[in-house]
Amino acid sequence: MFKTFPKGGIHPPENKLTAGKPIVVLPAPLQVTVPVSQHIGAPATPMVEKGAAVKAGQVIAQAKGFVSANIHSPVSGKVSKIDTVVDTTGYKQTAIVIDVEGDEWVETIDRSKTLVRDVTMTREQIIERCQQCGLVGMGGATFPTHIKMTVPAGKKCDLLIINGVECEPYLTSDHRLMLEKGAEVLTGASIIMRALGVDSAVVGIEANKPDAIAHLTELAKGFKGVTVQSLKVKYPQGGEKQLIKACTGREVPSGGLPVDVGVVVQNVGTALAVYEAVQKNKPLMERVVTVTGRSVKNPGNFQVRIGTPVTALIEAAGGLPDDTGKVINGGPMMGKALAITDVPVTKGTSGIIMFPAESSKRAEVLPCIRCGKCSSACAMGLEPWLISVVSEKAMWDKAEQEKITDCMECGACAYTCPAKRPLLDYIRLGKSTVIRMARERISK
Amino acid sequence: MNNLLNVSPSPHQQSPETTRKLMYGVVTALAPALAASVYFFGMGAIIVTLTSVLSCVAVEYLIQKFILKTKPSVTDGSAVVTGLLLAFNVPSNLPVYIIIIGAIISIGVAKMTFGGLGSNPFNPALVGRVFLLISFPVQMTSWPVPSGFKTGYLDAVTGATPLGTMSEGIRNGETVAALMEKVPSHMQLFYGQMGGSMGEIAALALIIGGIYMIWRKIITWHIPVSVLLTVAIFTGILWFADPTKFADPLFHLLTGGIMLGAIYMATDYVTSPMTPKGMIIYGIGIGVITVLIRTWGAYPEGVSFAILIMNAFVPLLNMYIKPARFGKEVKHG
Repeated sequence: MFKTFPKGGIHPPENKLTAGKPIVVLPAPLQVTVPVSQHIGAPATPMVEKGAAVKAGQVIAQAKGFVSANIHSPVSGKVSKIDTVVDTTGYKQTAIVIDVEGDEWVETIDRSKTLVRDVTMTREQIIERCQQCGLVGMGGATFPTHIKMTVPAGKKCDLLIINGVECEPYLTSDHRLMLEKGAEVLTGASIIMRALGVDSAVVGIEANKPDAIAHLTELAKGFKGVTVQSLKVKYPQGGEKQLIKACTGREVPSGGLPVDVGVVVQNVGTALAVYEAVQKNKPLMERVVTVTGRSVKNPGNFQVRIGTPVTALIEAAGGLPDDTGKVINGGPMMGKALAITDVPVTKGTSGIIMFPAESSKRAEVLPCIRCGKCSSACAMGLEPWLISVVSEKAMWDKAEQEKITDCMECGACAYTCPAKRPLLDYIRLGKSTVIRMARERISK
Repeated sequence: MNNLLNVSPSPHQQSPETTRKLMYGVVTALAPALAASVYFFGMGAIIVTLTSVLSCVAVEYLIQKFILKTKPSVTDGSAVVTGLLLAFNVPSNLPVYIIIIGAIISIGVAKMTFGGLGSNPFNPALVGRVFLLISFPVQMTSWPVPSGFKTGYLDAVTGATPLGTMSEGIRNGETVAALMEKVPSHMQLFYGQMGGSMGEIAALALIIGGIYMIWRKIITWHIPVSVLLTVAIFTGILWFADPTKFADPLFHLLTGGIMLGAIYMATDYVTSPMTPKGMIIYGIGIGVITVLIRTWGAYPEGVSFAILIMNAFVPLLNMYIKPARFGKEVKHG
């Protein structure tokens, strides 16, 4: 039985061009640019000076406070400068630029490929290791993993959900990880289960990845308490709240967190990173990125060091197609358009998509015909037409009353709109304003 | 690299559905009913339809170009739909100048004065129709009968509609059973063998178009089903109470403008509620008011009035009937 979430949702063309392309490990580039803020929370503080020699896996920027993450050198070499660069979000920030020399890793990292199944660490040790290794959510939100692993006092957690949905069109990096590193992912799930103190875990996978469902279902027989749940293909099922609803029927309350219904959700890539950190002592310094597009010559899934320039990834995929009009960091529904491609891959870069010029511009905006298709598409049960109009008219109280802060910005409304209205643009404006006003109210 | 990249916020892709495709989808859905009208009424149906569509499009274009001085948007298809629906709601022997007046009222008054597509509170075609019904009561209620010769237009043979026959007969004290002999059989009604407005007669063709629109996801089932079900239940209760005074539910579903109204007029996006729950309340309202007017009102038919009255409630329905929010009630599994 394929489960899904009941409310809203859309089905954009899947375009999983690279689903059959095995992960290709790219060698370290000549130079990497490692931003100090690749996560939600405070930027890390650089710990190395210009000219310092570093090894792969060495901490080069220390987490600042609890909601932050360590940054490790992804390569060995010399720090050439600490500079201000433009990152994938388009903002400027501090980054450590390292000239690559050789490929020497910190000795404590286990570089062998052998699977280590037995989990020996205690709960506290696991969480501490994840914190040291700079783990963040690999699905794109980049929330520090050690915080998500710590069940807040007074809350009870009884289930871990591993997010293998990958509902964004085009992206296939999680799909490939499940196929190629399934045992590692499931071991990672067992480790997270221990950290959370839960007995069961569900891996949620959409039905458009039957090979991954079959493979992990088979593997899961060897893991106590781990099961695979196949899900109907529907966007935005990869959203935490939708995934929990689909797998368990539990509904995270408005403004609440998954742990309020006893669930923690971790992405497939994060589970793998947890495995590597805990069993192999390897910090987060590499990730798999899907590089794709309709006219890309050699689309594929590439494992690269953090800090690798996006241009190097595009080269590996056969270069930027001549008809390119837009380059997206992430998926086409929630990803960010890049203004320049000379930006580094960070912990949250799940894909690079090159769109041809003809499909990279928005269609002409027509008047709202009040068809209500946006409300039907909204997985949060909101009325996008209404909250976008009240935001446009700066009616912030009304926007708050209509639960604009529940919006997760999945873009299903703007995708669906037959009049091509920029619904989400206005909703973002309204949501950020309402959040700011609510903060100001509290601080008064 | 010298080619500049486009930058815009997500989402970076949009569905292939457009306003224009939706509007022409409605036109396609109306094709079977139009074919049935031409079959039953001949030349008159063609003249009325062409006049209505062309004048609606022309009125919208002229207003946008010369009065509002905005870029004309007639290609979006909404004026074509209004024109078709206006034609469907008038007799097939209506003089051309009356149709043009109807188009001016529909588009000029009911649509453009409120701000054009998306801003009008009342269904434009129905406003035009009701204006004509009140202003030209004789021409608007002389219904050509399908048996009339096919090339006739203004000189077509006219007669009463089944609903008119029924309404007048009951008022004169005749029994429903006796009146049933005077009106076409249910099967004839189903195919469209009856007098009436040019597009409302063929229930079968209208239902086919309705199924197409639901399949194409242009409309949802909520409005048509709730209207038709309400009419069926309400007239069913009356019929059970006294079958000599009230016609059976099937007669009510197959006559008058209820099929056209429920499937094509009440479902107009702009003037109907946005949520399924709101749509059902709106549909029930239309059904109830229609039966009230048909049974106890001065007119034998009330679908147009029912829809216009419920149009007025749509802003209220939109304000108070909200979709179920995700995470409203906290459930522990």
